[in-house]
Amino acid sequence: MTYQTRTNGRIRVGPDSYGRQLPGPFLAPGTSSFTDFLTAAAPELLPRLHQAATGVMPAGGAASGSLAADLPHGTTIVAAACNGGVVMAGDRRATAGNMIMQRDIDKVFRSDEFSAIGIAGVAGIGIELVRLFQVELEHYEKLEGHALSLDGKANRLASLVRGNIGGAMQGLVVVPLFAGFDEDTGAGRIFSYDVAGGRYEEHRFHGIGSGSVFARGALKKLYRDGMPAEETVYALMQALYDAADDDSATGGPDLTRRIYPVIATVTADGYEQLSDDAAGEYARIVVEGRMEAPDGPPVQLSLPSGSPGALPR
Amino acid sequence: MPFYVSPEQAMKDKADYARKAITRIRSGVVMTCDAGILFVAPNPSRALRKFSEIYDRIAFAAVGRYNEFENLRKAGVRYADMTGFQYDRQDVTARGLANWYAQLLGTIFTESPKPYEVEIVVAEVGKIQDDDQIYRITFDGSVADEHGFVVMGGQADQVAAVLKEKYSDGMTLSQAFTTAIQALAGPVKGEGAAGGGDRNDITAAQLEVALLDRGRSHRTFRRLTGARLETLLAEAIPGQKTQAIAEGTGAADQGADGSAGEAGQGSGGNGQKGKAQGGSGGKTDPPGDATD
Repeated sequence: MTYQTRTNGRIRVGPDSYGRQLPGPFLAPGTSSFTDFLTAAAPELLPRLHQAATGVMPAGGAASGSLAADLPHGTTIVAAACNGGVVMAGDRRATAGNMIMQRDIDKVFRSDEFSAIGIAGVAGIGIELVRLFQVELEHYEKLEGHALSLDGKANRLASLVRGNIGGAMQGLVVVPLFAGFDEDTGAGRIFSYDVAGGRYEEHRFHGIGSGSVFARGALKKLYRDGMPAEETVYALMQALYDAADDDSATGGPDLTRRIYPVIATVTADGYEQLSDDAAGEYARIVVEGRMEAPDGPPVQLSLPSGSPGALPR
Repeated sequence: MPFYVSPEQAMKDKADYARKAITRIRSGVVMTCDAGILFVAPNPSRALRKFSEIYDRIAFAAVGRYNEFENLRKAGVRYADMTGFQYDRQDVTARGLANWYAQLLGTIFTESPKPYEVEIVVAEVGKIQDDDQIYRITFDGSVADEHGFVVMGGQADQVAAVLKEKYSDGMTLSQAFTTAIQALAGPVKGEGAAGGGDRNDITAAQLEVALLDRGRSHRTFRRLTGARLETLLAEAIPGQKTQAIAEGTGAADQGADGSAGEAGQGSGGNGQKGKAQGGSGGKTDPPGDATD
């Protein structure tokens, strides 16, 4: 707060006569965005990710993956729409290169009452991104008296992701998966992002992270439209098992340590995270099933009638 | 504008100006009860609020000039969110916020030609009633740490006199609400102009009621509207049957976050149910709350 004396014609008048500039950003009409406010009031608090990265890395260091590779990375997140909402699940492993950095990291978060966010990529940046996004949504809601629309939330997240593009170019890549309950339509919706802030609405189900290729392959065969939430949770648990089966960076359900995937449902009743016991129950069923069928439940496959007969011999 | 005004005169003029403006404003009550901290004020508007959420366990109440206290409210939300983001959610406290407001209002009072014509209250709900904190900050930036209840606005003295007589620790939500309505209605029925005349005339539409709910985790602020408020009102004013109660329907109370409240749904068929709600809200054991 600096005092400024202003001149008015010939007479110098002190700040008292005209009113000093009050702590500007706090009382300024401004927007309802927390990031915008922080940019004006205390930019040093903003996670200026790309700048921080520039400090430790050679400029334009696309090849400077060594530091990035030493940082913990989060891996697989999957989400699927269900009857009356959406379910999101994430494994619990964080890896740095070939090392497991953490066995029980939490990568699925409540972003607000009607949405969930999961992150894949550099964990430190991802978690900071989630914190900022959470405050952003709550801040808007408190200032405006009502929550953002689901599309509004998804767009806001896109610009936050885009803010990290500098870091992403240097290897500090993080992408979120966003899922929420649309109060207007009463359905669950899923959004994925690229590092440039591209926002893509996904239909039915989606996955991000290193194991997502396998998880999506599994979901392709397991997912049905309008599945009830319980079955969707089961399908996601199967998909995460398949991801862990083929991707070393994805952790499967750890029955010995009682570490299970984090599973959250978002419905008209709001965001809800399954308790460890409930998630453990699903994990146990999946693991027991795999004792009999290691590759998971087979999909019913029968040739349509009138199709070619026996193979030529 | 004269070239020289003595500081004494300038301060006095400003204080008189603000005080006079606030005298004309209808009172609002903030009081603690076993269910949490209750906010009651006459306010016919559904859009321009006097009470609002600042943070998980902190709420803001104000009377006065709307654009000015709305400005302060937004500033408070910004302060709280910034502090919470910088440190942790549990580091945002009513005491810190009250001090911050005091400095802000003090600065405005001394340095701007026109003081804010507002009176604000910052309240934080604790895990037990003894831990509740209520701060009143006036237009010149002076802070008062209040216990139990506080009255803002023009007829504060009369309303506070009634409250002083009737308030006791450990009241249920319903009892607290009844007391607040009685106090706002004035010391003598039909005579006190403080809360807008005869309390038998008060309807839910004329009131703004909110609660910092001790029993909730995370964000505790919620507005009491619809059936929940009608039920409370029916208990406070026996004999008044409102439409919502007669029909047994009505919107459930809404949390600040726009989610349907879990309590008060399906409306109270009679006073009994509302009482049970008020009582059960009291037996609180905040479930695994990260804050505070």
